[in-house]
Amino acid sequence: MAKISMTVNGKAVSGEVEGRTLLSAFLRDDQGLTGTHIGCDTSQCGACNVHVNGVNVKSCTMLAAEADGAEVTTIEGMSNADGSLSVVQQAFQDYHGLQCGFCTPGMVMTAAALLKENPKPTEAEVRAYLEGNICRCTGYHNIVKAIMAASGQDVMPVAAE
Amino acid sequence: MPKDSGIGASNKRREDIRFLTGTGNYTDDINLNGQAYAHIVRSDMAHGTINSIDVSAAEAIDGVVKVFTAADFEGVGGIPCGWQVTDRHGQPMQEPKHPILAEGKVRHVGDPICVIVAETAELARDAADALNIDITELPAVIDMKDALADGATKVHDDLTNNLCYDWGFGSEDLDAVQNAFDTAHHVTTLELKNNRLVANPMEPRVAVGDYARHSDESTLYTTSQNPHVIRLLMGAFVLGIPEHKLRVVAPDVGGGFGAKIYHYAEEAIVTFAAKALGRPVKWTSSRSEAFVSDAHGRDHVTKIELAMDKEGKFLAVRTDTHANMGAYLSTFAPSIPTWLHGTLMAGNYTTPLIHVNVKAVFTNTTPVDAYRGAGRPEATFQLERVIDKAAREMGMDPVEIRRKNFITEFPYATPVAVEYDTGDYHATMDALLAKSDHAGFEARAAQSKANGKLRGFGIAHYIEACGIAPSALVGQLGARAGLYESATVRVNATGGLVVMTGSHSHGQGHETSFAQVVAEMIGIDESMVEIVHGDTANTPMGMGTYGSRSLAVGGSALVRATEKIINKAKKVAAHLMEAAEGDIELKDGQFTVAGTDKSVAWGDVTLAAYVPHNYPLEEIEPGLEETAFYDPANFTYPSGAYGCEVEVDPETGKVTVLGFTAADDFGNVVNPMIVEGQVHGGLAQGIGQALLENCAYDENGQLISASYMDYAMPRADDLPNFTVDHSSVTPCTHNPLGVKGCGEAGAIGSPPALVNAVIDALQRGGHDVAHIDMPLTPGRVWAAMNG
Ligand code: FES
Ligand code: FES
Repeated sequence: MAKISMTVNGKAVSGEVEGRTLLSAFLRDDQGLTGTHIGCDTSQCGACNVHVNGVNVKSCTMLAAEADGAEVTTIEGMSNADGSLSVVQQAFQDYHGLQCGFCTPGMVMTAAALLKENPKPTEAEVRAYLEGNICRCTGYHNIVKAIMAASGQDVMPVAAE
Repeated sequence: MPKDSGIGASNKRREDIRFLTGTGNYTDDINLNGQAYAHIVRSDMAHGTINSIDVSAAEAIDGVVKVFTAADFEGVGGIPCGWQVTDRHGQPMQEPKHPILAEGKVRHVGDPICVIVAETAELARDAADALNIDITELPAVIDMKDALADGATKVHDDLTNNLCYDWGFGSEDLDAVQNAFDTAHHVTTLELKNNRLVANPMEPRVAVGDYARHSDESTLYTTSQNPHVIRLLMGAFVLGIPEHKLRVVAPDVGGGFGAKIYHYAEEAIVTFAAKALGRPVKWTSSRSEAFVSDAHGRDHVTKIELAMDKEGKFLAVRTDTHANMGAYLSTFAPSIPTWLHGTLMAGNYTTPLIHVNVKAVFTNTTPVDAYRGAGRPEATFQLERVIDKAAREMGMDPVEIRRKNFITEFPYATPVAVEYDTGDYHATMDALLAKSDHAGFEARAAQSKANGKLRGFGIAHYIEACGIAPSALVGQLGARAGLYESATVRVNATGGLVVMTGSHSHGQGHETSFAQVVAEMIGIDESMVEIVHGDTANTPMGMGTYGSRSLAVGGSALVRATEKIINKAKKVAAHLMEAAEGDIELKDGQFTVAGTDKSVAWGDVTLAAYVPHNYPLEEIEPGLEETAFYDPANFTYPSGAYGCEVEVDPETGKVTVLGFTAADDFGNVVNPMIVEGQVHGGLAQGIGQALLENCAYDENGQLISASYMDYAMPRADDLPNFTVDHSSVTPCTHNPLGVKGCGEAGAIGSPPALVNAVIDALQRGGHDVAHIDMPLTPGRVWAAMNG
């Protein structure tokens, strides 16, 4: 067991973990941050995406011990300080970019990372960037729209195409 | 002008707030005090005899609580099948026992053998290494035709053979059918496969069992589309727990697509183990386990023949299908290739003679059951493919041959036992052609050709039967359950409503759309209506969400219960205003007396119902709470025209989907935004089936496509933007909302449209290719072009 500490959503946290404990498990089981989801066991779905030191990572591919000392942001830390939805979150609601909600935390984290790197992406760039995130419900159409809208670009309003 | 509230408004979804902030409550988010963790040890062989299982070393490990084997489940029932199909000779299907844990034999890779319960999930997993399980491998039957061969290895030794049933259905006069083929101007024949798929909801299955010794009550938290069905099946048939001692809770469910309808062994295992051990037990499926233990979908091998006169009028259709059941019968499996497939073989067409033959076959593979569309995609695929081939052989346009045969008068009784109430297939075809700029296709094709690419356009028209289903009818067809739906509307003293529904959302947004319906009926703000679902302890007995039934059946129950509320509230209002009940009108949340300026508000009436000081107590009870059960009079029949435009790279065989247009008739629509989202998702799954996804076994029964590394899930850059239209509206005639259902359409109509488009592209490029089996991978397309 190793003692680790990190900042999660702006709060200092610490815990004892086995060497093999994944960051995703530390967040869900030790920290009770169940917004980070586990959708696969081969690092391919992106439901577990979080930001570690500002970088979008699949928390199921990182050991908790590797995040020792890091700044971690999860979906629970994405809202505005007053609790209202951030621009990306709000766009997902406005453009119906989610159905069952299971892939959604990872999608929001990935979308936020994309817009930081590339504030005005093309639709093709959005689709390419989502390569590591699987959604089984939406067909991606409205996720792409939501991200384009969050970037401030014009998109057709929902249900008006 | 689009509405901004009530029925027809694209309201934003209220459930999104919790999903977007990480505060949803999925089953794996539930952790109970003192819980232990179950790990299921599964067969890695497709078929074998279990000689011995020695659990002593595993049980001796510190932290391992207990290892359960089949012996511990003695006296516990097998997993029941919910539908008994009767074969062409009037005999019941062969129905093998489906034990909770393998008894004596393992029959597919993934068949559960034992359950390790330990203090942590990791310990339970690690302890599997200490088990000593001795199994002698037996030859496995994987291919359906092999399974039916004389002398084939039997999946179940106590059955006669591997044939579950041999079913024949449709036009009774087989001589007339034969004669139609013998005398037809032309017969088109097509042999095809409907590829096996894995549903893959992004949330893997989870089950948490709990037991309260003081009250002898069991609780199961599970990832289910239908908690009441699980309570009934598991309580009555497996564990022998009466309903009042068993609560089943399905909290937020992360997608289902059919795979979360069925009662699975793991649900019974954790419920049983929690009682046996006196502590909660949790099981969380890994994705790898999901691939071998979630019921699979499709897997039909079909020959279809279409007889036509010289004008291209359809005279007769005959089909011969082998349908894979896998190793055991999953909950609804026998009904899929029969009643949900054979009854749709008329499609949108006036074909007078139809005969459907289906052999359901046991193999050493994971059980197969309903997956989005369930039987209807299989029917639509073969029909729309053979029609396209027929058009080509007859030298007709694929749109024209369909138009020539469309049903135009309703109600229409088909030769396959169903009666379509409404539809306008020319209207959906018109909408498709307009929205997809079909007229501009030739110019686009020329452009592609100039770029060295082959462009094709494919059309499919589908019909589906939704709103499942009239109970008396399905009872005659072998269903061992009713298929009504329920709702309880509870009005509180200060006017707010809680609506408890037997439907259960796993992504469909019921909390939003159901509230729109109730709020509009009463004329109050939607924020006054709360929807409760997913918990058998506080919702009336309902059959759940699948078969595009929630609004058509569950919504109808909701309307009936709300009507009862309004009727009673009018009585109270009449009393308060000293008027005749028949003169009371309700509009915008105000009760008025016709022809006067008297009025009382909704809240005054609800308060009077709970504080009955001035109240007609001699006539009606206080309180305002009503329940309704709704059993549909018929199926509903959504339909639509789908068009797919593709480009094929002749160098590589790679298919790119350039555009996809869906023109549907769903009847009335409550929330267009949600409906369009349902279509998008269905299209992605249908395009996934046609282009990417394949559940493949090797000849030994090993699942080759057992993770996201080998099973190609559609990703964002595999799919185009979709054009979705639902402007053709022929309301359902027999339910109060006039709705038909929209959840499965996309997955039904898209595979044939896509395959038709690729064949069109190849034909235009001079390749005489009649058919390619799905998925249309570059390798298969290239081989077809060059073979
Ligand atoms: S759970 Fe991390 S990528 Fe799937
Ligand atoms: S919303 Fe269900 S998986 Fe994306």
